[in-house]
Amino acid sequence: METVKIVLRDQEYEVKSGMTLRDALAKLGINRESVLATRQGELITDDEILLPGETIRLVAVISGGSAKA
Amino acid sequence: MRQHKLALCAMHFPQWMVEQTQRFIEKYRMFTPDDRVLVAVSGGKDSLSLWDILWQLGYNVDGVYIALGIDGGFGYSQKSQALCEKFADQRGLKLMVIDAPQQIGVTIPELAKVTQRGKNKPCSVCGLTKRHLLDRVALERKYDVLATGHNLDDEAAVLFGNTLNWHIGYLHRQSPVLPARHAGLVRKVKPLCRFYEREMAAYALVRGIEYIYEECPHAEGSTTIYYKSLLNQLEADRPGAKLSFYLSFLQAKQRGLFAQPQEGEEGVGAGGERLYTCPSCGGPTTVEGLCAFCRMVEKVK
Repeated sequence: METVKIVLRDQEYEVKSGMTLRDALAKLGINRESVLATRQGELITDDEILLPGETIRLVAVISGGSAKA
Repeated sequence: MRQHKLALCAMHFPQWMVEQTQRFIEKYRMFTPDDRVLVAVSGGKDSLSLWDILWQLGYNVDGVYIALGIDGGFGYSQKSQALCEKFADQRGLKLMVIDAPQQIGVTIPELAKVTQRGKNKPCSVCGLTKRHLLDRVALERKYDVLATGHNLDDEAAVLFGNTLNWHIGYLHRQSPVLPARHAGLVRKVKPLCRFYEREMAAYALVRGIEYIYEECPHAEGSTTIYYKSLLNQLEADRPGAKLSFYLSFLQAKQRGLFAQPQEGEEGVGAGGERLYTCPSCGGPTTVEGLCAFCRMVEKVK
């Protein structure tokens, strides 16, 4: 079965295609509340099925200095 | 958005965010179309999105960027400033740049080293400097209100930390609106305080807002990020937990949980302490003499 590449910052992961994004994130131990997932620049939802050979890019959403400007 | 049991498409989501922001501005009586609003921008997703939303709503809004001189090996401050300038240029908006090292004489990391404030991290010095310079620029240029891009995750993390330590004074102070309690302070508002950080990132992506993706090099290992991660673990299991935590707190405050006898009086701090006037800058201070910022800058001279 072909795999799916998942990229978060400088980390690359591989998971099996055919599973949902939600399941893939759970398998990788990535909290879905802390990332957004994009396919070719478009946002996708947690229930999206991952397709063979594709790359999903995750955008980390947490930031946190002491005093925001 | 599991906390709202709502899913929106790329066309309606930003529209919903703009409408909700207007609703929060009115609900918490933040400002009106007659007010001059100054948005503090950092080049990050939250503050640039806030500026974008207020601009779309037609408010009389300018931006201010505080250049801090933080490099981190990749020109963090320079890159952030360039993104703010590009954002303003694309929309024909006015951006003011305040050069902190020029005002103080040294960069923020250098200032932290000299003053030894903040346990080997410049975050405390940075926060103090930004607050001081933002108040000063807003007052000098006669803005009615200063808007910041704090989102719900920021507010929930602060609330979590203050609750763990029972910092009653800080709990009392935390609010979507901070009134000007002294002539040296400007009224501050947080129009994004009910949006999740994830929603803000989604808004920036959908709207095509270019923001600095890299974290401030000094934020690594920060307590705020740790608290946010803990709260996100809770949120993953119980959708809406963060929102409920924050909103329940605001409701409890409204019912008088943290009420203090001198609440809302000018010249009295949020924790009920008396505020004096700094003889050097005119800003507020809880002790007689120079304020914390001026004392810190004195050490550089």
